Amino acid sequence: MRHVIIGSGVAGIAAIESILSVERSAEIIMLGDDPHGFYSRPGLAYYLTGEISDQALYPKTREDYKKLGFTYRQARVKKILRDETSLQLDDNSLLTYDRLLLATGAFATPLAVPGATLQGVVKLDHLNDARIILKLAKRGRTAVVVGGGITALELAEGLLARGMDVHYLLRGDRYWSNVLDEQESRIIEARLQVEGITLHFHSELQEIIGRSGKVNSIRLKNGKTLKCDLLAYAIGIQPRVELAREAGLQVDRGILVDEFMQTNDPNIYAAGDVAQVFDPITGHSILDSLWGAAREQGCAAGMNMVGRNTPYVKSIPFNVTRLAGLTTTIIGAVGHGRDDDLVGIARGDSETWRELPNAVIAQSGFDVNRVRILVGEQKLIGAVVMGDQTLSIPLQRIITQQVDISPMRDRLLAHDAKLSDVIVDFWTKLKS
Amino acid sequence: MAFLNIFKRSARKRTTLAEGHVVPDAARCVQCGICTYNCPIEIDVRAHVWRSEAINRSECLTCGECVARCPRGVLRFERTDLFAAGAS
Repeated sequence: MRHVIIGSGVAGIAAIESILSVERSAEIIMLGDDPHGFYSRPGLAYYLTGEISDQALYPKTREDYKKLGFTYRQARVKKILRDETSLQLDDNSLLTYDRLLLATGAFATPLAVPGATLQGVVKLDHLNDARIILKLAKRGRTAVVVGGGITALELAEGLLARGMDVHYLLRGDRYWSNVLDEQESRIIEARLQVEGITLHFHSELQEIIGRSGKVNSIRLKNGKTLKCDLLAYAIGIQPRVELAREAGLQVDRGILVDEFMQTNDPNIYAAGDVAQVFDPITGHSILDSLWGAAREQGCAAGMNMVGRNTPYVKSIPFNVTRLAGLTTTIIGAVGHGRDDDLVGIARGDSETWRELPNAVIAQSGFDVNRVRILVGEQKLIGAVVMGDQTLSIPLQRIITQQVDISPMRDRLLAHDAKLSDVIVDFWTKLKS
Repeated sequence: MAFLNIFKRSARKRTTLAEGHVVPDAARCVQCGICTYNCPIEIDVRAHVWRSEAINRSECLTCGECVARCPRGVLRFERTDLFAAGAS
Protein backbone atom coordinates (compact mmCIF):
# COMPACT_ATOMS: atom_id res chain seq x y z
CA MET A 1 0.00 0.00 0.00
CA ARG A 2 1.34 3.44 -0.91
CA HIS A 3 0.97 6.26 1.60
CA VAL A 4 1.63 9.77 0.37
CA ILE A 5 2.08 12.65 2.78
CA ILE A 6 1.97 16.25 1.61
CA GLY A 7 3.93 18.48 3.97
CA SER A 8 7.22 17.99 5.81
CA GLY A 9 6.30 19.23 9.27
CA VAL A 10 5.92 17.39 12.55
CA ALA A 11 2.44 16.02 11.73
CA GLY A 12 3.83 14.28 8.64
CA ILE A 13 6.86 12.84 10.45
CA ALA A 14 4.67 11.59 13.31
CA ALA A 15 2.35 9.92 10.79
CA ILE A 16 5.30 8.16 9.14
CA GLU A 17 6.48 6.78 12.48
CA SER A 18 2.97 5.50 13.21
CA ILE A 19 2.57 3.88 9.80
CA LEU A 20 5.94 2.15 10.06
CA SER A 21 5.26 0.96 13.59
CA VAL A 22 2.41 -1.13 12.16
CA GLU A 23 3.48 -1.83 8.58
CA ARG A 24 7.26 -1.98 8.49
CA SER A 25 7.32 -2.50 4.72
CA ALA A 26 4.82 0.24 3.82
CA GLU A 27 5.75 2.43 0.90
CA ILE A 28 5.74 6.04 2.09
CA ILE A 29 6.43 9.13 0.02
CA MET A 30 6.62 12.53 1.66
CA LEU A 31 6.24 15.54 -0.61
CA GLY A 32 7.32 18.95 0.60
CA ASP A 33 7.85 22.33 -1.01
CA ASP A 34 10.13 23.60 1.76
CA PRO A 35 13.70 23.04 0.49
CA HIS A 36 14.85 22.34 4.05
CA GLY A 37 12.52 19.42 4.77
CA PHE A 38 11.71 18.74 8.43
CA TYR A 39 13.10 21.17 10.99
CA SER A 40 11.82 22.79 14.16
CA ARG A 41 9.75 25.75 13.02
CA PRO A 42 9.28 27.02 16.62
CA GLY A 43 13.08 26.85 16.93
CA LEU A 44 13.40 29.63 14.35
CA ALA A 45 12.84 32.08 17.23
CA TYR A 46 16.04 30.89 18.92
CA TYR A 47 17.91 30.92 15.62
CA LEU A 48 16.94 34.58 15.23
CA THR A 49 18.23 35.46 18.70
CA GLY A 50 21.47 33.57 18.02
CA GLU A 51 20.93 30.95 20.71
CA ILE A 52 21.28 28.11 18.20
CA SER A 53 22.70 27.63 14.73
CA ASP A 54 20.51 26.79 11.76
CA GLN A 55 22.05 23.31 11.65
CA ALA A 56 20.75 22.65 15.17
CA LEU A 57 17.16 23.07 13.96
CA TYR A 58 17.07 19.65 12.29
CA PRO A 59 15.88 16.96 14.71
CA LYS A 60 16.69 14.14 12.33
CA THR A 61 19.72 13.39 10.20
CA ARG A 62 19.82 11.81 6.75
CA GLU A 63 20.78 8.57 8.50
CA ASP A 64 17.64 8.75 10.64
CA TYR A 65 15.53 9.11 7.50
CA LYS A 66 17.29 6.17 5.89
CA LYS A 67 16.61 4.06 8.96
CA LEU A 68 12.96 5.09 8.98
CA GLY A 69 12.72 4.03 5.35
CA PHE A 70 10.65 6.53 3.42
CA THR A 71 11.21 8.65 0.36
CA TYR A 72 11.33 12.44 0.61
CA ARG A 73 10.72 14.40 -2.55
CA GLN A 74 10.90 18.16 -2.81
CA ALA A 75 7.89 18.84 -4.98
CA ARG A 76 4.80 21.00 -5.08
CA VAL A 77 1.45 19.34 -5.60
CA LYS A 78 -0.71 21.14 -8.15
CA LYS A 79 -3.86 19.11 -7.85
CA ILE A 80 -5.46 16.18 -6.06
CA LEU A 81 -7.23 13.98 -8.62
CA ARG A 82 -9.55 12.12 -6.29
CA ASP A 83 -11.26 10.00 -8.96
CA GLU A 84 -7.91 8.63 -10.04
CA THR A 85 -6.46 8.59 -6.50
CA SER A 86 -3.43 10.43 -7.78
CA LEU A 87 -1.64 13.74 -7.45
CA GLN A 88 -0.53 16.05 -10.20
CA LEU A 89 2.90 17.47 -9.34
CA ASP A 90 4.47 20.74 -10.46
CA ASP A 91 6.31 19.00 -13.31
CA ASN A 92 2.90 17.63 -14.43
CA SER A 93 3.87 14.07 -13.53
CA LEU A 94 1.28 11.95 -11.72
CA LEU A 95 1.78 10.12 -8.45
CA THR A 96 -0.81 7.60 -7.31
CA TYR A 97 -1.73 7.02 -3.69
CA ASP A 98 -3.74 4.52 -1.69
CA ARG A 99 -3.91 6.75 1.38
CA LEU A 100 -3.16 10.45 1.37
CA LEU A 101 -2.36 12.70 4.34
CA LEU A 102 -2.67 16.45 3.97
CA ALA A 103 -0.26 18.00 6.46
CA THR A 104 0.32 21.21 4.56
CA GLY A 105 0.48 23.51 7.59
CA ALA A 106 -0.33 27.19 7.49
CA PHE A 107 1.13 30.38 6.08
CA ALA A 108 1.43 33.89 7.49
CA THR A 109 -1.60 36.01 6.70
CA PRO A 110 -0.30 38.63 4.27
CA LEU A 111 -0.35 42.32 5.08
CA ALA A 112 -2.96 44.21 3.13
CA VAL A 113 -1.40 47.67 3.07
CA PRO A 114 0.27 49.56 0.24
CA GLY A 115 3.97 48.71 0.04
CA ALA A 116 3.58 45.19 1.43
CA THR A 117 5.59 43.71 -1.45
CA LEU A 118 8.64 45.94 -0.96
CA GLN A 119 11.99 44.33 -0.22
CA GLY A 120 12.43 44.42 3.55
CA VAL A 121 8.87 43.37 4.41
CA VAL A 122 9.33 40.03 6.17
CA LYS A 123 7.45 37.23 7.95
CA LEU A 124 8.56 34.13 9.86
CA ASP A 125 7.08 31.07 8.17
CA HIS A 126 10.18 29.16 7.09
CA LEU A 127 13.88 28.81 7.64
CA ASN A 128 14.41 30.81 4.45
CA ASP A 129 12.42 33.69 5.97
CA ALA A 130 14.67 33.63 9.06
CA ARG A 131 17.77 33.71 6.85
CA ILE A 132 16.43 36.71 4.92
CA ILE A 133 15.67 38.50 8.21
CA LEU A 134 19.20 37.93 9.49
CA LYS A 135 20.69 39.19 6.24
CA LEU A 136 18.57 42.34 6.31
CA ALA A 137 19.27 42.89 10.02
CA LYS A 138 23.00 43.00 9.28
CA ARG A 139 22.54 45.90 6.88
CA GLY A 140 19.65 47.72 8.53
CA ARG A 141 19.39 49.93 11.57
CA THR A 142 15.70 50.28 12.42
CA ALA A 143 12.96 47.64 12.36
CA VAL A 144 9.22 47.91 12.84
CA VAL A 145 7.16 44.92 13.99
CA VAL A 146 3.39 44.66 13.57
CA GLY A 147 1.05 41.92 14.73
CA GLY A 148 0.46 39.99 17.92
CA GLY A 149 0.77 36.68 19.71
CA ILE A 150 4.01 34.78 20.15
CA THR A 151 5.52 35.27 16.69
CA ALA A 152 5.39 39.08 16.82
CA LEU A 153 7.49 39.04 19.99
CA GLU A 154 9.86 36.44 18.54
CA LEU A 155 10.45 38.80 15.63
CA ALA A 156 10.87 41.86 17.86
CA GLU A 157 13.28 40.14 20.24
CA GLY A 158 15.20 38.43 17.43
CA LEU A 159 15.74 41.73 15.63
CA LEU A 160 16.76 43.41 18.89
CA ALA A 161 19.28 40.64 19.58
CA ARG A 162 20.74 41.32 16.13
CA GLY A 163 21.41 44.92 17.04
CA MET A 164 18.46 46.71 15.45
CA ASP A 165 16.39 49.48 16.98
CA VAL A 166 12.98 47.87 17.25
CA HIS A 167 9.60 49.58 17.25
CA TYR A 168 6.57 47.43 18.02
CA LEU A 169 3.19 48.76 16.85
CA LEU A 170 0.06 47.75 18.73
CA ARG A 171 -3.36 48.70 17.42
CA GLY A 172 -5.02 48.67 20.82
CA ASP A 173 -3.91 49.57 24.31
CA ARG A 174 -2.24 46.30 25.28
CA TYR A 175 -0.42 43.17 24.09
CA TRP A 176 -2.32 39.90 23.28
CA SER A 177 -5.51 41.10 24.87
CA ASN A 178 -7.64 38.03 24.15
CA VAL A 179 -5.34 35.53 25.89
CA LEU A 180 -3.53 37.54 28.58
CA ASP A 181 -5.23 39.66 31.21
CA GLU A 182 -4.25 43.27 31.70
CA GLN A 183 -1.67 42.59 34.44
CA GLU A 184 0.03 39.97 32.28
CA SER A 185 0.08 42.26 29.24
CA ARG A 186 1.63 45.02 31.34
CA ILE A 187 4.33 42.71 32.68
CA ILE A 188 5.33 41.74 29.14
CA GLU A 189 5.17 45.32 27.84
CA ALA A 190 7.33 46.61 30.71
CA ARG A 191 9.93 43.93 30.05
CA LEU A 192 10.00 44.66 26.33
CA GLN A 193 10.63 48.32 27.10
CA VAL A 194 13.43 47.48 29.54
CA GLU A 195 15.00 45.29 26.84
CA GLY A 196 15.02 48.36 24.59
CA ILE A 197 11.99 47.82 22.35
CA THR A 198 9.89 50.95 21.73
CA LEU A 199 6.17 50.26 21.99
CA HIS A 200 3.63 52.34 20.11
CA PHE A 201 0.04 51.86 21.35
CA HIS A 202 -3.04 52.79 19.30
CA SER A 203 -0.84 52.67 16.23
CA GLU A 204 -2.11 51.14 13.04
CA LEU A 205 0.00 50.78 9.96
CA GLN A 206 -1.39 52.58 6.93
CA GLU A 207 1.37 52.38 4.36
CA ILE A 208 4.91 51.15 3.85
CA ILE A 209 6.89 53.65 1.84
CA GLY A 210 9.77 52.46 -0.31
CA ARG A 211 12.76 53.87 -2.07
CA SER A 212 14.31 51.95 -4.99
CA GLY A 213 12.04 49.02 -4.19
CA LYS A 214 13.15 48.77 -0.55
CA VAL A 215 11.44 49.69 2.71
CA ASN A 216 12.34 53.23 3.67
CA SER A 217 9.67 54.33 6.15
CA ILE A 218 6.12 53.68 7.32
CA ARG A 219 3.10 55.87 7.77
CA LEU A 220 0.54 55.25 10.52
CA LYS A 221 -3.18 55.93 10.36
CA ASN A 222 -2.72 58.76 12.86
CA GLY A 223 -0.49 60.48 10.31
CA LYS A 224 2.87 59.83 12.03
CA THR A 225 5.78 58.53 9.97
CA LEU A 226 8.75 56.47 11.08
CA LYS A 227 11.94 55.78 9.13
CA CYS A 228 12.89 52.10 9.03
CA ASP A 229 14.78 49.53 6.94
CA LEU A 230 12.70 46.49 7.77
CA LEU A 231 9.08 45.74 8.55
CA ALA A 232 8.28 42.37 10.12
CA TYR A 233 4.70 41.19 10.44
CA ALA A 234 2.88 38.41 12.30
CA ILE A 235 -0.81 39.21 12.07
CA GLY A 236 -1.97 35.58 12.09
CA ILE A 237 -1.79 32.44 10.02
CA GLN A 238 -4.09 30.71 7.55
CA PRO A 239 -4.28 26.96 7.04
CA ARG A 240 -3.11 25.94 3.56
CA VAL A 241 -6.43 24.54 2.39
CA GLU A 242 -6.34 25.38 -1.35
CA LEU A 243 -5.54 21.85 -2.55
CA ALA A 244 -8.30 20.38 -0.40
CA ARG A 245 -10.83 23.01 -1.42
CA GLU A 246 -10.11 22.56 -5.15
CA ALA A 247 -10.45 18.81 -4.70
CA GLY A 248 -13.93 19.27 -3.23
CA LEU A 249 -13.06 18.22 0.32
CA GLN A 250 -15.03 19.80 3.15
CA VAL A 251 -13.25 22.93 4.25
CA ASP A 252 -14.25 25.52 6.82
CA ARG A 253 -11.41 27.59 8.33
CA GLY A 254 -9.28 24.45 8.00
CA ILE A 255 -9.85 21.02 6.47
CA LEU A 256 -12.67 19.38 8.39
CA VAL A 257 -11.82 15.96 9.79
CA ASP A 258 -13.65 13.47 11.99
CA GLU A 259 -12.21 11.93 15.14
CA PHE A 260 -10.13 9.56 12.98
CA MET A 261 -8.52 12.54 11.19
CA GLN A 262 -10.37 11.46 8.07
CA THR A 263 -11.79 13.99 5.62
CA ASN A 264 -15.04 13.41 3.73
CA ASP A 265 -12.97 11.28 1.31
CA PRO A 266 -12.20 7.97 3.05
CA ASN A 267 -8.76 7.79 1.39
CA ILE A 268 -7.70 11.25 2.51
CA TYR A 269 -6.69 12.39 5.98
CA ALA A 270 -5.53 15.74 7.37
CA ALA A 271 -3.44 16.64 10.43
CA GLY A 272 -1.56 19.55 11.96
CA ASP A 273 -2.14 23.28 11.48
CA VAL A 274 -4.29 22.64 8.39
CA ALA A 275 -6.81 20.36 10.14
CA GLN A 276 -9.92 21.64 11.87
CA VAL A 277 -10.64 19.15 14.60
CA PHE A 278 -13.65 18.43 16.79
CA ASP A 279 -13.07 19.80 20.28
CA PRO A 280 -15.03 18.06 23.04
CA ILE A 281 -14.52 21.07 25.36
CA THR A 282 -16.19 23.63 23.14
CA GLY A 283 -18.41 21.23 21.21
CA HIS A 284 -17.32 22.46 17.82
CA SER A 285 -14.46 22.05 15.37
CA ILE A 286 -11.52 24.30 16.06
CA LEU A 287 -8.03 25.15 14.88
CA ASP A 288 -4.85 24.67 16.91
CA SER A 289 -1.42 25.70 15.76
CA LEU A 290 0.48 23.87 18.46
CA TRP A 291 3.44 21.59 17.83
CA GLY A 292 2.29 19.01 20.39
CA ALA A 293 -1.22 18.83 18.95
CA ALA A 294 0.18 18.47 15.41
CA ARG A 295 2.36 15.56 16.52
CA GLU A 296 -0.56 13.82 18.26
CA GLN A 297 -2.81 14.33 15.25
CA GLY A 298 -0.13 13.00 12.90
CA CYS A 299 0.27 9.90 15.10
CA ALA A 300 -3.47 9.22 15.05
CA ALA A 301 -3.76 9.87 11.30
CA GLY A 302 -0.91 7.45 10.59
CA MET A 303 -2.53 4.68 12.63
CA ASN A 304 -5.85 5.18 10.86
CA MET A 305 -4.16 5.17 7.45
CA VAL A 306 -3.01 1.62 8.15
CA GLY A 307 -6.42 0.54 9.36
CA ARG A 308 -5.84 0.68 13.12
CA ASN A 309 -8.90 2.59 14.23
CA THR A 310 -7.42 5.16 16.56
CA PRO A 311 -9.57 8.13 17.51
CA TYR A 312 -7.81 11.41 18.15
CA VAL A 313 -9.09 12.82 21.38
CA LYS A 314 -8.23 16.47 21.42
CA SER A 315 -6.50 17.22 24.66
CA ILE A 316 -6.67 20.48 26.52
CA PRO A 317 -4.31 22.76 24.62
CA PHE A 318 -1.25 24.11 26.32
CA ASN A 319 1.92 25.80 25.26
CA VAL A 320 5.04 26.90 27.04
CA THR A 321 6.69 29.85 25.45
CA ARG A 322 8.97 32.74 26.23
CA LEU A 323 7.42 36.18 26.19
CA ALA A 324 9.86 39.04 26.67
CA GLY A 325 12.31 36.60 28.21
CA LEU A 326 9.72 35.31 30.65
CA THR A 327 8.78 31.65 30.48
CA THR A 328 5.01 31.49 30.23
CA THR A 329 2.72 28.46 30.30
CA ILE A 330 -0.78 28.82 28.89
CA ILE A 331 -3.23 25.98 29.56
CA GLY A 332 -6.90 25.53 28.70
CA ALA A 333 -9.37 28.41 28.42
CA VAL A 334 -7.89 31.65 29.71
CA GLY A 335 -9.19 34.53 27.62
CA HIS A 336 -11.96 35.80 25.40
CA GLY A 337 -12.85 38.32 22.77
CA ARG A 338 -10.65 39.44 19.91
CA ASP A 339 -7.25 40.96 19.55
CA ASP A 340 -7.04 43.72 16.95
CA ASP A 341 -3.39 42.86 16.26
CA LEU A 342 -4.31 39.42 14.93
CA VAL A 343 -6.52 38.12 12.15
CA GLY A 344 -7.80 34.74 13.37
CA ILE A 345 -5.30 32.30 14.83
CA ALA A 346 -1.54 32.87 15.33
CA ARG A 347 1.34 30.40 15.53
CA GLY A 348 1.61 28.50 18.83
CA ASP A 349 -2.02 29.34 19.45
CA SER A 350 -5.29 27.56 20.10
CA GLU A 351 -8.82 28.80 19.53
CA THR A 352 -9.77 27.02 22.77
CA TRP A 353 -7.75 29.55 24.78
CA ARG A 354 -10.33 32.20 23.94
CA GLU A 355 -13.38 30.12 24.90
CA LEU A 356 -13.53 31.32 28.47
CA PRO A 357 -16.62 29.87 30.15
CA ASN A 358 -18.11 31.12 33.39
CA ALA A 359 -15.35 30.62 35.88
CA VAL A 360 -13.94 32.36 38.90
CA ILE A 361 -10.49 33.83 38.52
CA ALA A 362 -7.90 33.39 41.22
CA GLN A 363 -4.53 35.04 40.91
CA SER A 364 -1.45 35.83 42.87
CA GLY A 365 1.81 37.62 42.30
CA PHE A 366 1.84 40.98 40.61
CA ASP A 367 5.48 41.42 39.83
CA VAL A 368 7.34 39.18 37.39
CA ASN A 369 6.14 35.85 38.72
CA ARG A 370 2.45 35.47 38.35
CA VAL A 371 -0.12 32.72 38.27
CA ARG A 372 -3.73 33.07 37.17
CA ILE A 373 -6.13 30.15 37.33
CA LEU A 374 -9.68 29.81 36.11
CA VAL A 375 -11.64 27.87 38.70
CA GLY A 376 -14.70 25.91 37.59
CA GLU A 377 -17.18 24.06 39.79
CA GLN A 378 -15.09 20.90 40.14
CA LYS A 379 -12.21 21.41 37.75
CA LEU A 380 -9.64 23.98 36.87
CA ILE A 381 -10.48 25.33 33.44
CA GLY A 382 -7.33 27.18 32.53
CA ALA A 383 -4.15 28.75 33.83
CA VAL A 384 -1.42 31.19 32.90
CA VAL A 385 1.88 30.72 34.73
CA MET A 386 4.39 33.48 34.16
CA GLY A 387 7.98 33.56 35.35
CA ASP A 388 8.60 31.00 38.11
CA GLN A 389 7.45 27.71 36.62
CA THR A 390 7.12 25.70 39.85
CA LEU A 391 3.37 25.46 39.33
CA SER A 392 3.55 24.83 35.61
CA ILE A 393 3.72 21.03 35.65
CA PRO A 394 1.22 20.53 38.52
CA LEU A 395 -1.29 22.83 36.82
CA GLN A 396 -0.68 21.21 33.43
CA ARG A 397 -1.53 17.81 34.92
CA ILE A 398 -4.43 19.01 37.08
CA ILE A 399 -6.07 20.77 34.13
CA THR A 400 -5.33 18.32 31.31
CA GLN A 401 -6.29 15.30 33.43
CA GLN A 402 -9.37 17.16 34.66
CA VAL A 403 -8.66 16.34 38.28
CA ASP A 404 -11.48 16.94 40.76
CA ILE A 405 -10.35 20.02 42.72
CA SER A 406 -13.15 19.99 45.30
CA PRO A 407 -10.70 19.41 48.19
CA MET A 408 -8.87 22.67 47.47
CA ARG A 409 -11.52 24.81 45.77
CA ASP A 410 -12.51 26.85 48.83
CA ARG A 411 -8.90 27.46 49.78
CA LEU A 412 -8.13 28.62 46.23
CA LEU A 413 -10.92 31.15 46.32
CA ALA A 414 -10.24 32.38 49.84
CA HIS A 415 -9.38 36.04 50.21
CA ASP A 416 -5.60 36.53 49.91
CA ALA A 417 -5.09 32.86 49.13
CA LYS A 418 -1.48 31.88 48.51
CA LEU A 419 -2.19 29.97 45.34
CA SER A 420 1.21 28.36 45.07
CA ASP A 421 1.01 26.91 48.60
CA VAL A 422 -2.52 25.60 48.06
CA ILE A 423 -1.72 24.03 44.68
CA VAL A 424 1.59 22.50 45.75
CA ASP A 425 -0.06 21.06 48.87
CA PHE A 426 -2.90 19.58 46.79
CA TRP A 427 -0.49 18.26 44.17
CA THR A 428 1.78 16.64 46.75
CA LYS A 429 -1.16 14.83 48.36
CA LEU A 430 -2.47 13.80 44.93
CA LYS A 431 0.84 12.23 43.98
CA SER A 432 1.32 10.35 47.23
CA MET B 1 26.86 32.32 57.82
CA ALA B 2 27.57 33.05 54.14
CA PHE B 3 30.82 31.13 54.55
CA LEU B 4 28.97 28.04 55.73
CA ASN B 5 26.43 28.30 52.89
CA ILE B 6 29.18 27.78 50.34
CA PHE B 7 29.73 24.31 51.75
CA LYS B 8 26.02 23.59 51.83
CA ARG B 9 25.66 24.39 48.12
CA SER B 10 28.54 22.20 47.12
CA ALA B 11 27.17 19.32 49.15
CA ARG B 12 23.84 19.66 47.35
CA LYS B 13 25.57 19.58 43.98
CA ARG B 14 27.35 16.33 44.80
CA THR B 15 24.05 14.78 45.80
CA THR B 16 22.56 15.69 42.42
CA LEU B 17 25.47 14.27 40.48
CA ALA B 18 25.31 10.97 42.31
CA GLU B 19 21.61 10.44 42.49
CA GLY B 20 19.88 12.32 39.70
CA HIS B 21 19.30 12.10 36.00
CA VAL B 22 17.55 14.32 33.49
CA VAL B 23 14.00 13.42 32.51
CA PRO B 24 11.85 15.05 29.83
CA ASP B 25 8.23 16.09 29.53
CA ALA B 26 7.88 15.45 25.80
CA ALA B 27 4.53 17.22 25.54
CA ARG B 28 6.28 20.55 26.13
CA CYS B 29 9.02 20.03 23.57
CA VAL B 30 9.12 21.62 20.11
CA GLN B 31 12.42 19.94 19.13
CA CYS B 32 14.21 23.28 18.83
CA GLY B 33 17.49 21.59 19.71
CA ILE B 34 18.83 24.06 22.29
CA CYS B 35 19.45 21.14 24.67
CA THR B 36 21.52 19.13 22.19
CA TYR B 37 23.31 22.27 20.98
CA ASN B 38 24.47 23.08 24.51
CA CYS B 39 25.38 19.61 25.73
CA PRO B 40 29.13 19.72 26.44
CA ILE B 41 29.57 16.07 25.56
CA GLU B 42 27.23 16.10 22.56
CA ILE B 43 24.50 13.82 23.84
CA ASP B 44 21.50 14.15 21.54
CA VAL B 45 19.18 15.19 24.35
CA ARG B 46 16.49 16.20 21.87
CA ALA B 47 16.27 12.68 20.44
CA HIS B 48 15.74 11.32 23.95
CA VAL B 49 12.92 13.80 24.48
CA TRP B 50 11.26 12.81 21.17
CA ARG B 51 11.15 9.22 22.46
CA SER B 52 10.16 10.35 25.98
CA GLU B 53 13.27 8.72 27.41
CA ALA B 54 15.29 9.85 30.40
CA ILE B 55 18.91 10.83 29.71
CA ASN B 56 20.26 7.71 31.34
CA ARG B 57 23.53 7.47 29.48
CA SER B 58 26.45 6.94 31.79
CA GLU B 59 28.46 9.74 30.09
CA CYS B 60 25.86 12.37 31.11
CA LEU B 61 27.56 14.75 33.53
CA THR B 62 24.23 15.99 34.89
CA CYS B 63 25.81 19.40 34.48
CA GLY B 64 22.36 20.93 34.02
CA GLU B 65 23.13 22.90 30.85
CA CYS B 66 20.19 21.36 28.97
CA VAL B 67 17.83 21.81 31.92
CA ALA B 68 18.79 25.46 32.34
CA ARG B 69 18.81 26.38 28.65
CA CYS B 70 15.53 24.79 27.60
CA PRO B 71 13.16 27.72 27.07
CA ARG B 72 10.07 25.56 27.66
CA GLY B 73 10.83 23.74 30.87
CA VAL B 74 10.92 20.36 29.14
CA LEU B 75 13.76 18.93 31.22
CA ARG B 76 14.18 18.44 34.93
CA PHE B 77 16.35 16.49 37.32
CA GLU B 78 14.82 13.48 38.94
CA ARG B 79 16.30 11.46 41.74
CA THR B 80 17.19 7.97 40.66
CA ASP B 81 17.38 6.59 44.19
CA LEU B 82 19.82 3.94 43.07
CA PHE B 83 20.99 3.39 46.59
CA ALA B 84 17.67 3.85 48.31
CA ALA B 85 16.62 1.19 50.76
CA GLY B 86 15.06 -1.70 48.93
CA ALA B 87 16.37 -0.74 45.48
CA SER B 88 17.89 -3.63 43.60
